[in-house]
Amino acid sequence: MSVTALRAPAPSRLRLGLRAVLVAAVLVLAAFPLLNTLPEAHPLHVSDFLVSVTGKWICYAILALSLDLAWGYAGILSLGHGAFFALGGYAMGMHLMRLIGPRGVYGHPVLPDFMVFLGYRELPWYWLGFDNFAFAMLMVLAVPGLLAFLLGWLCFRSRITGVYLSIITQAMTYALMLAFFRNDMGFGGNNGFTDFKELLGMPLNTSFARGALFYASLISLVGCYLLCRWIAGTKYGRVLTAIRDAENRVRFLGYSVTQHKLFAFVLSAMMAGWAGALYVPQVGIINPGEFSPGNSIEAVVWVAVGGRGTLVGAILGAFSVNGLKTWLTSAAPDLWLFVLGGLFVLVTLFLPRGLIGLFQGRAK
Amino acid sequence: MTHDFRLSRRAALLGAGAALAAPAIRPSLAQAAPIRVGVLHSLSGTMAISETALRDTVLMMIEWQNARGGILGRRLEPVVVDPASNWPLFAEKARELLQVSRVDVTFGCWTSVSRKSVLPVFEELNGLLFYPVQYEGEEESRNIFYTGAAPNQQAIPAVEYLMSADGGGARRIALLGTDYVYPRTTNRILRAFLNSKGIADADIMEEYTPFGHSDWQGIVSRVKRFAGEGKKTAIVSTINGDANVPFYRELGNQGIRAEDIPSVAFSVGEEELAGIDTRPLVGHLAAWNYFMSVQSPANTEFLNLWRAYIRNPRRVTNDPMEATLVGFRMWAQAVAQAGTTGVDAVRTAMYGQKVDAPSGFTLEMHRNHHLSKPVMIGEVQADGQFNIVWRTPGPIVAENWSPFIPENANRRRG
Amino acid sequence: MTRIFLFILLLAAALPARAQDPFLSALPGLGGGFGAQAEAVERLGALGDPRAIPLLRALGDGRLLRRADGTLLVRDGATLTEAATGTTAEAGTPEPARININNRVRVALRGALGRLQLVSPDPAERLTAAEGVLRSRSAENVPLLEAALARETVPRIRSRMELALGASRLVATDPDAKRAGIATLGASASPEARSVLLEARAQNPDLLPEIEAAVAAIDRRLAIRRGVETVFQGLSLGSVLLLAALGLAITFGVMGVINMAHGEFVMLGAYTTFVVQEICRGIPWLLPWSLPLSIPAAFLVTALAGGAMERGLIRHLYGRPLETLLLTFGVGMMIQQAVRLGFGAQNREVLSPSWMQGTILLPMDIPLTQNRLWILLFSLVVLGLVVLAIRFTRFGLEMRAVTQRRAIASSMGIRTGRVDALTFAFGSGIAGIAGVALSQIDNVSPNLGTGYIIDSFLVVVFGGVGSLAGTLVGAMGLGLVNKLLEPWAGAVLAKVFVLVAAMIFIQRRPRGLFAQKGRAAEA
Repeated sequence: MSVTALRAPAPSRLRLGLRAVLVAAVLVLAAFPLLNTLPEAHPLHVSDFLVSVTGKWICYAILALSLDLAWGYAGILSLGHGAFFALGGYAMGMHLMRLIGPRGVYGHPVLPDFMVFLGYRELPWYWLGFDNFAFAMLMVLAVPGLLAFLLGWLCFRSRITGVYLSIITQAMTYALMLAFFRNDMGFGGNNGFTDFKELLGMPLNTSFARGALFYASLISLVGCYLLCRWIAGTKYGRVLTAIRDAENRVRFLGYSVTQHKLFAFVLSAMMAGWAGALYVPQVGIINPGEFSPGNSIEAVVWVAVGGRGTLVGAILGAFSVNGLKTWLTSAAPDLWLFVLGGLFVLVTLFLPRGLIGLFQGRAK
Repeated sequence: MTHDFRLSRRAALLGAGAALAAPAIRPSLAQAAPIRVGVLHSLSGTMAISETALRDTVLMMIEWQNARGGILGRRLEPVVVDPASNWPLFAEKARELLQVSRVDVTFGCWTSVSRKSVLPVFEELNGLLFYPVQYEGEEESRNIFYTGAAPNQQAIPAVEYLMSADGGGARRIALLGTDYVYPRTTNRILRAFLNSKGIADADIMEEYTPFGHSDWQGIVSRVKRFAGEGKKTAIVSTINGDANVPFYRELGNQGIRAEDIPSVAFSVGEEELAGIDTRPLVGHLAAWNYFMSVQSPANTEFLNLWRAYIRNPRRVTNDPMEATLVGFRMWAQAVAQAGTTGVDAVRTAMYGQKVDAPSGFTLEMHRNHHLSKPVMIGEVQADGQFNIVWRTPGPIVAENWSPFIPENANRRRG
Repeated sequence: MTRIFLFILLLAAALPARAQDPFLSALPGLGGGFGAQAEAVERLGALGDPRAIPLLRALGDGRLLRRADGTLLVRDGATLTEAATGTTAEAGTPEPARININNRVRVALRGALGRLQLVSPDPAERLTAAEGVLRSRSAENVPLLEAALARETVPRIRSRMELALGASRLVATDPDAKRAGIATLGASASPEARSVLLEARAQNPDLLPEIEAAVAAIDRRLAIRRGVETVFQGLSLGSVLLLAALGLAITFGVMGVINMAHGEFVMLGAYTTFVVQEICRGIPWLLPWSLPLSIPAAFLVTALAGGAMERGLIRHLYGRPLETLLLTFGVGMMIQQAVRLGFGAQNREVLSPSWMQGTILLPMDIPLTQNRLWILLFSLVVLGLVVLAIRFTRFGLEMRAVTQRRAIASSMGIRTGRVDALTFAFGSGIAGIAGVALSQIDNVSPNLGTGYIIDSFLVVVFGGVGSLAGTLVGAMGLGLVNKLLEPWAGAVLAKVFVLVAAMIFIQRRPRGLFAQKGRAAEA
């Protein structure tokens, strides 16, 4: 079905053009926090709101990129990528909660506020170590990675593919959502974590912190994109796309399908976790709602709208769908679901290669 | 337009009963820049079921105020956004309202988590939020005015009533709730309170269910069993929103009548009952600070205004809607008194502001940013309304920091 | 004229008697505060005066009114009668106020009416009376109950009366009567009896061994009963899952379309039920039948919606199964918002017909809730009909042919496009029927479907895609395991365990419980 996407890269003129557009886009984005410092009356001024909302979209773009690696290149349609994103976010959230220290409402030196008023006497063991930034960052990658490894190993080994795998990943994120909603889990239940104060010594509610997080996200996005592109170009990447299109044939050729898919899936989950970790300090809250299956499906929709299997498409999709959502929830609060739903329908019907197909089509 | 005329006539009627310091002259509204009022309620997703009515209430009040000449000679202009029951989106929309739409005040949020999500934004940008829903307390932001009940204005009086002779003299309590902070905190406070009244932990059952829980068979039969231990038993329900309909249906079907095991709910109002056949539920209780069945001139006007606005004579009102209305009127009075919409001036003017509420009492905003409120206990009737069987003699001051949570002793005072 | 004169004379004669008549002297209390009301009700119940019955009923139904001067009126439809005399009366001004009661008064009412109605000719009244007396036990009831029992013939009422007698004897003073009471209670399987026994422990230290033995006997029976109840609850949850998943078993299991709007079709079915009910409100004799009428209506509405969606949209995407997911996700969003704007975001009230309310009791007093029982039966009937339709009709044959070998079916002259549309419409229609059933236990709100979609997919995959037997076993199995785990894991963890268990199970059997064999399964 996706033979076109498999084909050798498009003519080099297009690639050059694309590259130029990408570099320009990154530069424009990079200028945002700087333009934010201009006086408000200045025509080029970028508002705090735009900086923070763009920072959020960048995190979504990393999530979309990670999903594209799994789905577009390895053929693993995960309907549970939101879970990896949320787990990364929770790991970061735990670090931020520990950093609040005695500045909480109840002034407890160690316990976060929610533990105090739920009557905890001491910190649960799984919270230990999160006061250390390096450890927390390790967990941001390790927890989603481990979960993906476990799930992937079980599924790929028993050759669960396609729709079955999608349903299992969906059940996984649903189960995690229910579990995290429980207050007894020690993750703050429905309220999750809020009221963060600082990260790496910088207070979070300042333009400086927003700018720093924005750049961290942007650099991460560029880094992840380059990593994915590099992987796609290696022999390993070629085998991966081959698995996507004819898994059994590749298996019979002697490749270890399980190992190849597992690597891609784990890497993708870690990227999603990283995106979640960048997301949480920017939006200021993490709660089990992030695990809801709808969120994961939405991430798939971004990739599909942008163009599956093209990396740039995933990023484009994340930006355009979320941009549209931000705009419409204010401009047409009663009708935005129709517009967004209609967009999904139209894109699947008429743009099977996504928005990016529009540009590719013209080049032919 | 006839509609406008009708509205202003009603508004004038309502104004007669209210102590609203509206400008005496009616200035031409077009001249001054409008006052922008943000409305931050979910219009889609799981919370739309509760929050859309609050959006309509705010819009109704804005229309009402405009019909009376706006405030300070300026027209009010609503800015409605849809945070879609998505908590990070709440924070994003809050920032957008404050920084892009530049609203002067925001009415919004229902769940605690949505309030916690926007709180840092309102504090950072020094915005003003009116939060109209009963909640667990343990919070006091200088940028939020809480017009719903704190636990001592709802939960504790209700349980006291259950334990009284009139309420059936319950000595065994089943605490059923949805698993989130409000029920957990409320039940923690209630447990401490019950212990202080000599009810042992063995006589308290506590169980939590996920949001939207629809299969209550097991829990209801466990409650039945719990009640079979030879002591008068009652249910205290902090079950949230959607899960209530299947819960009450199960109570009815398993034949649990209010005479045997009365239940008192803190999150079930007229809106929730509108979706249930209440005949099997007659006698079950709810505790609120307002019921639609309250007999008071202010309430009659509220009902008329609401039904005219929504163009449906059968639509009901409920407690959070009343809290929205009270908050709106207080804010309007405070702005008129301060002579500006500036947040700091309005905040100062808010303290001590009084409104004759539809609940039939005069409510006052205190320096703890909470209202004093009367507590009422109503029994469900066959028509989906509440029959008020008990009420406090006057409004009670909110204890948003509960004395039953020992850690509040070492709380940092802001 | 003379008649009126006579009446006035009689009335005048009755007036002096008023002070002595305990019935009349108890009356004013009914209009007092809740405490006074309860006391008056108890007094009226103790009098055994049948004149009190209509009054007490009126009080319970909110039909008792009070004039400004304190006299009471009973409202019966449009007619008003004096409470004291039973004669017709005028409302007068100011309008008489309705007397409200609370739970305390209701408890007293139940006991009093119970005593007064123990010998009522209506068996249903006698049963409620026996229940009422059981709960308001008092030694004075013993002779009443003995007399009533002597005449009672209906076994179920007899057993309740015996329990009530046992309970009343337990509060008597005679130790032998107490022993007899304990024995009667101990022979039952009733939680109320257990409760009565436990309450009696403190007052009767000398009878402690007997009481403990009786409680233990009841506990043994209750344990069995709990087991049966749990199984029923599990099957009932399973039947809900089955209904929700059945439509999906066709659209997803047979056709391979990932229909994320499936939940919205279920929701449309529930709203159809609401609309049919509102239409029936206008035709009163039709109202009790609105629920059965909703079944074909919901099937039609959702089948049409499904058929339209297949022809208009999904048809263009065959061979790209994962993309139907995105498309239907978008459609689902739009349907949900359309319903929210059209019907409002609030819950809609769908009434339960009387035959679906309450509980029926199996032997040993095992309660089965009626609505759950009906839904369980209904789900099995629907499953049976679906199986019949697929096995034995022309449409079913064509459907199987098309899904197994589209090309060959087409060359045999089957219009595959039409079959696709019909199959999808059929599956969607079943989803609509599920909505009718769910309207009886869940909220009728725009979010109704969202809560079931994941469970439905899991049931289909767990049972084995393409196998209806698998769907049945999958749904019932998941329902049962969930309910068995719930008592000790709690509702949330039980669900999490079930999800994890199902995920692990699918690892072991990647094609589900009832895997399809052969090449068709590979496609």
